[in-house]
Amino acid sequence: MNLISEIGRFILFMKFVLHRPEKAKVFWKITFREMYLIGIDSVLIVILIATFTGAVTTIQTANQLLTPSDLFPTQLMPKFVIGAVVGTSSLLELAPTVTCLVLAGKIGANIASEIGNMKVSEQIDAYEVMGINSASFVTLPKIVAGLIMIPCLIIIANFLLIYGGVLACSATTSLTADDLIQGARLVFKPLYLKVMLTKSFIFAFLITSLSAFQGYYTTGGALEVGIAGTKAVTKICIFILFFDLIIAQLFLKS
Amino acid sequence: MIKIEHLDKWFDDRQILFDINTEFKPGVANLVIGASGSGKSVLIKCMVGLLEPTKGKILYGDQDFISLEYQHKQNLRREIGMLFQNNALFDSLTVEENIDFPLRMFSKMSPEERKERVNFCLQRVQLTNANKKYPAEISGGMKKRVGIARAIALEIKYLFCDEPNSGLDPLTSRVIDHLLVDITKEFNITTIINSHDMKTVLDIGEHIIFIYQGQKWWEGGKSEIIEARKSNQELNEFFLASF
Repeated sequence: MNLISEIGRFILFMKFVLHRPEKAKVFWKITFREMYLIGIDSVLIVILIATFTGAVTTIQTANQLLTPSDLFPTQLMPKFVIGAVVGTSSLLELAPTVTCLVLAGKIGANIASEIGNMKVSEQIDAYEVMGINSASFVTLPKIVAGLIMIPCLIIIANFLLIYGGVLACSATTSLTADDLIQGARLVFKPLYLKVMLTKSFIFAFLITSLSAFQGYYTTGGALEVGIAGTKAVTKICIFILFFDLIIAQLFLKS
Repeated sequence: MIKIEHLDKWFDDRQILFDINTEFKPGVANLVIGASGSGKSVLIKCMVGLLEPTKGKILYGDQDFISLEYQHKQNLRREIGMLFQNNALFDSLTVEENIDFPLRMFSKMSPEERKERVNFCLQRVQLTNANKKYPAEISGGMKKRVGIARAIALEIKYLFCDEPNSGLDPLTSRVIDHLLVDITKEFNITTIINSHDMKTVLDIGEHIIFIYQGQKWWEGGKSEIIEARKSNQELNEFFLASF
C-alpha cells in the first residue's frame, strides 16, 4: 500500500515537473550548469571504474575459460571467446548498469541532498510564493542534463571497458589484444547497442527524477536531508536493477 | 486588500485554524500575533498558498485565491512578496543575483534596467557593499534586508513577513520593523507581519490580530491592546510573557 501511494505521489510530482519552463533562457542556463555537474564532474570516476572493471573482467574470464582443469585437461576454447564474452557483457551490462549504479551514488545522493536542503531552508517555498513552479524549476534541468550526459558517460564507459581489457591483455601471456577485439567484433549485434542506449536513457531518468523526488519531499532538518540522500540511492539502485531485468527480458528473450 | 472568510485548516484529524474572519488593509502594518504553535504561521502559509485551507475563502481584492486555477494563482503570486523566517535566500546566488532573480524571471526589463532596479532596492533597504557577497557571507540583519529587497524587487501589492525579527538583536529588530512599515506606506502595500515579539506589536502594530489556539481571540490596534488585556486573560498572559 505504501509503495502504491509512493508511486502515485511520484506520478503527481512528475506531472508538475514536466511543464514548459517559465523562461527558456534561464532554463538552459541552469541545464548547462547541471550538465557540467552531472557529466563533466563524473568523467573521472567513470574512467576509473570502467577501466578497472574491464581489466578485471578480462583477467577473470580468461582465467576461467583458458586455464586447464580436471574436467577439461587441455584448452579447447578458442581465445577470441574471451573477447566475445567481455565485449558483450560490457555492452549489455557493465557499461550501462554498473556505471549507473555508481552514478546513482554520486549524482543521486547529490541531487537529493541539494533539493532536500533547499526544501528545509524554505528556498522551495520561496520559489512557490514567487509564482514559480518549484518542482519543475529545480528538477527539469537536472532530468534534461541527465538524459544528455549519462548516455554519453555510458558510451565512454563502454570504450574504456574494452580498453581496460586490452591493458589486461598486455599484462598476460595467454591472451592478446587482437584476440580480445576480434572476439568482441565477431559477436557484436546492433541490437546490443539498442539495449545499451535504452538502458542508459531509462537509468538516467531514474537517477535524476527519483533523487529529485526524494529531496523535494524532505521535511525536518540536516538529519533528514542526509536520510533523503541515502533513501534516494537505495531506491535508484533497486529500480535500476528492476528495469535492467525488464529491459533484458523485453529485448533479449530467446 | 485581503479578506479572510470562515477559514478552517485541519491536519488529518487535528484542527489548527478555527473559522478565521478578518481583513487586512493596504498601507497599514497588519500584525498576526500569538504564541508558538497557535497557528499564525499556518494562517500565513494558507494565505500565500503554501498550504491549502480545508474550508473558507481568501480574497485578494475580489479574487478568491483558493478557487483560482493554477495559472491564475501563479500570476497572482507574482504580486506577492514574502520574507521568510529563515530568509530563504538562494545560497548559490550572490546578494544582487538574489534580488535580480524575480526580475529575470518575470519582468521584461533589459539587463541595465534590472541592475538599476536591484541597486534601487538595495539602497531602499540601506544595504551597501554587499552586492557580490553570498548569503553565507553576510550577517542575519543583512540577510533580512536582502530578503526584503528581493520581496519588493517586483512591484508587489502584498507582503508577508514570517517572524521578521527571529534571530536578530533588539536594535536590528527595531530597524527591520521600521523598514517594513516605511516600505508598506511608501508603496501602499498590504503587509502582514507574523510576530510574537510584543515590542514590535507596541511599536508598529496598527492592526493586530491575536491568535489563540487557532482562533482569532482579539483584534484591534496598538493603542487598544493595553486596555484589552485587562479583560482578556489569554491576551494578558501572552503580553506579560513577552517581557
